Amino acid sequence: MTVMAVVAGGAQLLTVTVGAPLLIGLMRQVRAAWEGRGGGGILQPWRDLRKQLGKQQIIPRGTTVVFTAAPLIVAATSILLAAIVPIVATGSPLDPVADLFAVVGVLFLGTVALTLAGIDTGTAFGGMGASREITIAALVEPTILLAVFALSIPTGSANLGALMATTLSDPGSVASLTGVLAFVALVLVIIAEAGRLPVDNPATHLELTMVHEAMVLEYAGPRLALMEWASAMRLTVLLALLANLFLPWGIAADAPTLLQVLTGVGAITVKVAVLATALATMEVFMAKLRLFRVPELLAGSFLLGLLAVTSANFFTR
Amino acid sequence: MRTIAVDVPTVEVKNHPGRHHVGCAAAGSATALIGAAGVWGGLVAVFGSAPQMSIGWLLPLSGVVLHLDPLGGFFSVLIGAVAVPVGVYTVGYARHERWPALSLTVLPLFVAAMLLVTAAGSIPTFLLAWELMALASVLLVITDHDRAEVRSAALFYAAMTQLGFVAILVGLMVMATSMGADRFTEMTVVPEPLRDVVFVLTVAGFGSKAGLVPLHAWLARAHPEAPSPVSALMSAAMVTLGVYGIIRIDLVLIGPGPRWWAVLLLLVGAASALYGVLQASVATDVKRLLAYSTTDNMGLITMALGASLLLSGAGAPEAAAIAAVAALLHLLAHAAFKSLGFMAAGSVLAATGLRDLDRMGGLARPMPVTTVLFGVAALGACGLPLGAGFVSEWLLVQALVHASTSGDVVVALAAPLAVGAVALTTGLSVAAMVKAFGIGFLARPRSAAARQARESAASMLTAMVIVAVGCVVLALAPVAAAAVVARAVNVMPTARSAAPAVDFAAVIRLPGLGGSIAPGLLATAFVAALLAAVVAMRWRARRRPPTVQLPLWACGADDLTPRMQYTATSFAEPLQRVFNDVLRPASDIDVTHHSESRYMVSAITYRNRIADALEIRLYQPVVTGVKRAAEVVRRAHNGSVHLYLAYGALGVLVVLVIAR
Repeated sequence: MTVMAVVAGGAQLLTVTVGAPLLIGLMRQVRAAWEGRGGGGILQPWRDLRKQLGKQQIIPRGTTVVFTAAPLIVAATSILLAAIVPIVATGSPLDPVADLFAVVGVLFLGTVALTLAGIDTGTAFGGMGASREITIAALVEPTILLAVFALSIPTGSANLGALMATTLSDPGSVASLTGVLAFVALVLVIIAEAGRLPVDNPATHLELTMVHEAMVLEYAGPRLALMEWASAMRLTVLLALLANLFLPWGIAADAPTLLQVLTGVGAITVKVAVLATALATMEVFMAKLRLFRVPELLAGSFLLGLLAVTSANFFTR
Repeated sequence: MRTIAVDVPTVEVKNHPGRHHVGCAAAGSATALIGAAGVWGGLVAVFGSAPQMSIGWLLPLSGVVLHLDPLGGFFSVLIGAVAVPVGVYTVGYARHERWPALSLTVLPLFVAAMLLVTAAGSIPTFLLAWELMALASVLLVITDHDRAEVRSAALFYAAMTQLGFVAILVGLMVMATSMGADRFTEMTVVPEPLRDVVFVLTVAGFGSKAGLVPLHAWLARAHPEAPSPVSALMSAAMVTLGVYGIIRIDLVLIGPGPRWWAVLLLLVGAASALYGVLQASVATDVKRLLAYSTTDNMGLITMALGASLLLSGAGAPEAAAIAAVAALLHLLAHAAFKSLGFMAAGSVLAATGLRDLDRMGGLARPMPVTTVLFGVAALGACGLPLGAGFVSEWLLVQALVHASTSGDVVVALAAPLAVGAVALTTGLSVAAMVKAFGIGFLARPRSAAARQARESAASMLTAMVIVAVGCVVLALAPVAAAAVVARAVNVMPTARSAAPAVDFAAVIRLPGLGGSIAPGLLATAFVAALLAAVVAMRWRARRRPPTVQLPLWACGADDLTPRMQYTATSFAEPLQRVFNDVLRPASDIDVTHHSESRYMVSAITYRNRIADALEIRLYQPVVTGVKRAAEVVRRAHNGSVHLYLAYGALGVLVVLVIAR
């Protein structure tokens, strides 16, 4: 492992932690533009975070240590994901664990901490959000696994860095039937996992329609700031993963130069910004699905993932 | 009519608390000692060679033959390692629950019988040990025989285990007669049509012991009603012997078999995994949930065995060996987290008398140690990183995805479907375990019993801590189990190879396929990330006013009551709705209207019951059929001695005619 690999890893971590709130700001700004509003500006989420971090800590009565520890665990899983998933460079210092199964597992650990915090409040809303979130997550996780495994079959390895390196050397492999099926499945589950429309509405104020917001309803001040930061990082990492799996161009190689690292940062910023703009635009023209229609959507994407793996098995060997 | 008052002498119940305490301690330490002997013997067999022992006089006609090879040694280590903490745990638990002397005596014998199964070197010895184990477990299940549910569960279990035994008995008899030998070391090839018969019979028999669908129904009845240490032993140790039977008889002695064997194992395994985890995710009884989770995990292990058989037949020896390693490693992980889960559930049961998650809650405050330990078990059962089941599930998925199929249609279809089944199982098991831990231990108590909970006895906590350490070691450094697993896997013909299939080290690599995972590194990075998050939250901390405790938001009402919380039933309701067609819940709503107006409601009754749909569909017809047959046969039993004598004479005549 070279010094530059560590530098690339650091650059990646910094890009995600600093860029994630900006990404949320960008998406809100795009939405505001479509709706003919002025919007708060791209920097607004950062101002909110700063304000929240200066506020008083509140512990709701009757909660246990799970409630206080959950924001830290959720943030830790997001930071870990930002370090593991190849975003700026393929050969990160954590390359031995950049296995798809581990990445999905870490993602899920964060979800588990969040749901447990929701249950721990002992309110009806917390339990409701947790119950809905775990139902969605139980169907999302298998789909992510299947979709990326379909992409990993030509490579012969589920290591994400190796996966992207293969796509770089053989661009045709993602333009196949497998690639298309896996792409659609991944887009659907990323929307669900990040709690965006039409699965969940991040801007909702009506408790009965909440999923993610219902679980964090009791959080305030610094803990809320950490939760929001973490969920922004989660969305950023998922979008970056999607971008790099299908369009890895610009990503730095195993032993990069400083220029390549900077190119990598620039490339991923552009790619994620484009994806986020598209996602925000789509959200403007879409209504939230009824909760019990969501599993149908997810079952559909699970089926697409299954088809993707099967077709990869039949057509690439 | 006059009633005569009879002076019944009141029977003095001799209550010797001191003697009972000694009995509990003796039974617990005997169990632990036998377990330790099992671990030692197993390790000797795995790394050295235990001699073959033959005791002719012990069993008429065939004698007892003992021979521990590395595979048997592996299972001996597993059973012993479960029995040691369970023995320690029993000291406190049996004292608290006031076990009768019979159960205290049978518990060590049960462990000994299980160890005897792994050491059996011939078919008669194996069958003898198997039956001893079954009998001992039935006696232990009916420990609390005053309750009708316990008696019914024990009867159900006894019937199923004996039917399974019959299948195994017939299968092994066919096998022994066709080969003319009954020692495992002297076995030769079984001729073709008989081989398939033996396979089907033994898989049915061993599968019923392992709790595979559709022969799983006894698990969800017997495990919840048995005392918790017994549940732990049955679920973590006895059930795995069903898998041992499948490996020993079907994969080693008469295998490796044709392709349809592998497909059958994969199908049965996938069905068990999915059905088990679905039932677990909607179960509200915590021990029933854990029992269904056993079906789920045994299904995953059976899938791994099937995958190993399929891949070795399809020319992918590396992937086949990895699948076999995954099966054995998952057996170890399951034994660790499941015994811990049952012991923690038993700790709650002893403290509160509750098994129903809908009435638990808020146990994290009065029972912090039990809560943490159940959390470790639940994390292991989820198959998430930092949990005990993670590495083995990773190995299984790697073997399934990256096996080079070389144009083999069956493998190309079976592998992705199996990956889908494993992935869905993992996702749903997380839902089940979050429910068990979150609803059971967090939030606020949902009943008076949960409110008055107190932490369990020190011996119970010590035992659980030992197992929890085992869970953590398996999760972070599975290299500790690598040597034992590697030696045991070498016995299996589908996994024999010169180089080890899985390179266990700090970073686990798969030499045959390009893949790696480093659970220790992942844990270290996670801790570093956690520290980073703590530091991030310190930003502007100096400006903050001091922390306060405030009431929860109650939508403007005065206060929230514990009844407003989500329960296990409501938590699982969305999943129940999604999988309505499989689970087939029976729910009905009765609305009672006010007498004066139909628009006013005076009461609403809601009932929801999720019975095992497979049990109703498959078992009820059989039970009714047997009952009807019994009605017909009963006509022959009319109490007339003459008729019985005539039957006897007729019987003798038939025997004479046949024997001539």
